Amino acid sequence: MRQFISLLFIAAALSGVSGVMAAASDGIAASRAAPVTVPDTMAERVKPCTVCHGQADRVGRDAYYPRIAGKPEGYLFNQLRDFRDGRRYYRPMTLLLANVSDEYLREMAAYFSGLRQPYPPPEQVISSPTEIRQAQKLIQQGDAARNIPACIECHGKQLMGTAPFIPGLLGLPRIYIAAQFGAWKNGGVMRGQASNCMSDIARQLTIKETNVVAAWLAAQPVPENADPVDVLPPEMAQRCGSIVQRSADR
Amino acid sequence: MKIAVVAAAVAVLAGIGLSPEIAGATSPKKEAKAERSASPLSSVLLQQRQARGAYLARAGNCIGCHTAQGGRAYAGGRKLSTPFGTFVTSNITPDKATGIGDWDEDDFWKALHEGKSRDGRLLYPAFPYTEYTKITREDSDAIFAHLQALEPVVQQNPPSQVASRYDFQPLLTLWRAAYFKPGVYQADPTKSTEWNRGAYLVQGLGHCSACHAERNPLRGMISRKGDDKLGGGQIMGSNWYAPSLTSSLEASTAGWPVEEIVQLLTTGISPRATTSGPMAEVVSQSLQHLTKEDARAMAIYLKSLPETQSHQQVNPPAQTEQVQAWLRYGARIYKEHCQDCHGDSGQGAPGIYPPLAGNRSVTLTPPTNVIRSVLNGGYPPSTAGNPRPYGMPPFAQVLRDGEVALVLSYIRNAWGNRASLVTTAQVDKSREGITER
Ligand code: HEC
Ligand code: HEC
Ligand code: HEC
Ligand code: HEC
Ligand code: HEC
Repeated sequence: MRQFISLLFIAAALSGVSGVMAAASDGIAASRAAPVTVPDTMAERVKPCTVCHGQADRVGRDAYYPRIAGKPEGYLFNQLRDFRDGRRYYRPMTLLLANVSDEYLREMAAYFSGLRQPYPPPEQVISSPTEIRQAQKLIQQGDAARNIPACIECHGKQLMGTAPFIPGLLGLPRIYIAAQFGAWKNGGVMRGQASNCMSDIARQLTIKETNVVAAWLAAQPVPENADPVDVLPPEMAQRCGSIVQRSADR
Repeated sequence: MKIAVVAAAVAVLAGIGLSPEIAGATSPKKEAKAERSASPLSSVLLQQRQARGAYLARAGNCIGCHTAQGGRAYAGGRKLSTPFGTFVTSNITPDKATGIGDWDEDDFWKALHEGKSRDGRLLYPAFPYTEYTKITREDSDAIFAHLQALEPVVQQNPPSQVASRYDFQPLLTLWRAAYFKPGVYQADPTKSTEWNRGAYLVQGLGHCSACHAERNPLRGMISRKGDDKLGGGQIMGSNWYAPSLTSSLEASTAGWPVEEIVQLLTTGISPRATTSGPMAEVVSQSLQHLTKEDARAMAIYLKSLPETQSHQQVNPPAQTEQVQAWLRYGARIYKEHCQDCHGDSGQGAPGIYPPLAGNRSVTLTPPTNVIRSVLNGGYPPSTAGNPRPYGMPPFAQVLRDGEVALVLSYIRNAWGNRASLVTTAQVDKSREGITER
């Protein structure tokens, strides 16, 4: 190695161009420069994530990068594992996570789950009264005839999720919610390759319905206490067995 | 294309003379088979053998290829894409209908040692039997015992899809005659036991040359000089270049302390090098599980490999004004996006953020791997020795191809590094090629 470096110096000296000389003397600096000091924290370790899932200053309304701060830990972990194992499809994340262990994914999930970042203000969406009624009905009551439970059954009365597996629905951009429904409906290539309680519901809804619901949800303000608090009712937990169980086998 | 391949194969054959398959010489004897089945192993012995087999299977990373992304372990179905088609790995769990539940030790030996399936079909060399042939019969039997003790998984995998312009079985026969020599590893009596153990693992089970060797169109190895089988190669169908393990310009470890080689192989990271992509996978699935003794043996063997000439050409740019302007632009991008982690003089934080100054992965030609690193980012593998690695962000969504080319050209020519410039076209091509893991 030493020999290799000195060879480079000779080459540089011989070519005698100032730019190269500068590069070579930088080389000496490099060998003396103190290593970069790196904080031993999770915040430092998840820097690759925050390029897209911005920290405080980037919580705004980016249509494509969903916020992950403050979402339930079990939910985040499930998503990370699904991305890594190709069950939820977004290639940059799959590549990034390829060699990350389950334990470490769990730690990342816990870290982001514990972050408290301000939610963006509600979106200005224009919906007709009929559309608003239709959305509210699905969200508060569901549609028993089609075996669709109310969204609040699982996502909590405040729609802020139920710990630890079910995420909140407020504070999400309309376009993101609509895209998730699209992913579930399109045969699960993008999300939920194995069917689960949520993809089953998504497939029951018409595109019109999902758009109406997404618009309504995005227009709601996030309540003061935004933590997922409610407990998932046993029937619903059973319905979501695949998600609850898969997380249990660690 | 087809004609060219056939012609090449024929030419090679003409050169060496049409040697018949030598496999027959090693076909198992009937008596031996009878003997083995007549003396059933006591359960303790059997358990020991299975445990040894489990360890050896790790060292051979069978699970890596024989498990689909997110799929059941050993049930196969992983797709290996090459310009010749997409090869699908087999289910090697003991399910009778879809796996190898019906196989016996001899069938298994024939696959590993001779590259033939139970029904005699010649296996595609995407299965690295060219290396596994060096495995001893005892180790093969142990791996088989381990596989047979797994829970059977019923999983029918789709057949491999070979591009229709290749008629593979006859080509395979030619290819095997030219490139495949079945034969168990023969110890070199002039070397230490440790060295021989290392050689056995690197050449055989570890199948390092399956990636670290230049491959001809049918994945034969071009031996440029004597037995140079670790001379570096582009991994087919993927955008990764596996550097030469015998060239000091690439990834030879001849000049390293043994401890650092062991550290790289078992933790995925070391002061001078960091593993990524397919190599990170090899470390996380296989090498990190090696015993201290085996990892050390491997390191001692690797360190002893004689230097061979790299086929990369160090082609640093002439320092014209234009080039200097480009590099200054690259330096600005570096300062904005990279310096926080890799340092103002490329010094990094060894063991955490790789130094870029004096880093051979940075100056490697072709620049395939660095382009990938910057476009896709990544974490080194989580291993017992480095469970919570720091990571590199992907820049594919942040920088344009031209900017990636400039910042790479800069880091390849700063702080004493010297290498060819990276062009926008090269970056662009990499983006397209990023379809497989
Ligand atoms: C290149 C940009 C990018 C990077 C880097 C990135 N992500 Fe993502 N992430 C996305 C996008 C885009 C989605 C939404 C994909 C979709 O619509 O299904 C997403 C989705 C997620 C989700 C699911 C969110 C939800 O509500 O369902 C989680 C969790 C997540 N990312 C965590 C991470 C972590 C942890 C990292 C770092 C290890 C990371 N991401 C790095 C772009 C990125
Ligand atoms: C039976 C329980 C259940 C019901 C009822 C339910 N969901 Fe869900 N929902 C889930 C689960 C579980 C997940 C997480 C899925 C996963 O882990 O991939 C989820 C996830 C979501 C997400 C993704 C959030 C994100 O951050 O990516 C959206 C959007 C969503 N549900 C909307 C709805 C809407 C709208 C309704 C009512 C029409 C509804 N859900 C009803 C269980 C339910
Ligand atoms: C680099 C990828 C790779 C690795 C590593 C690998 N295999 Fe395979 N293996 C394959 C492929 C591809 C096939 C299918 C070949 C074919 O169909 O012609 C295969 C086929 C086989 C077969 C033949 C199955 C049949 O039905 O004929 C056996 C047995 C086998 N592998 C065992 C192993 C064992 C044991 C290991 C570890 C020591 C291992 N493999 C490691 C890729 C791999
Ligand atoms: C699946 C293909 C594959 C196999 C098998 C493989 N390697 Fe690698 N290896 C790579 C690639 C690609 C790189 C370049 C990426 C990197 O630097 O990590 C690499 C890099 C390396 C490096 C240099 C690391 C650095 O950054 O300088 C060493 C040393 C190495 N491999 C040793 C081995 C040994 C020893 C084996 C066998 C036990 C092996 N490899 C098996 C693909 C492979
Ligand atoms: C958040 C810290 C961080 C930033 C910012 C960062 N890197 Fe990295 N970089 C890393 C880590 C960690 C690795 C090891 C990744 C791996 O092994 O997969 C790495 C690896 C690399 C490698 C491969 C080195 C090797 O030995 O294989 C190159 C080249 C590289 N970075 C260049 C850059 C460039 C150019 C930029 C700016 C455009 C940049 N990095 C920004 C942390 C960073």
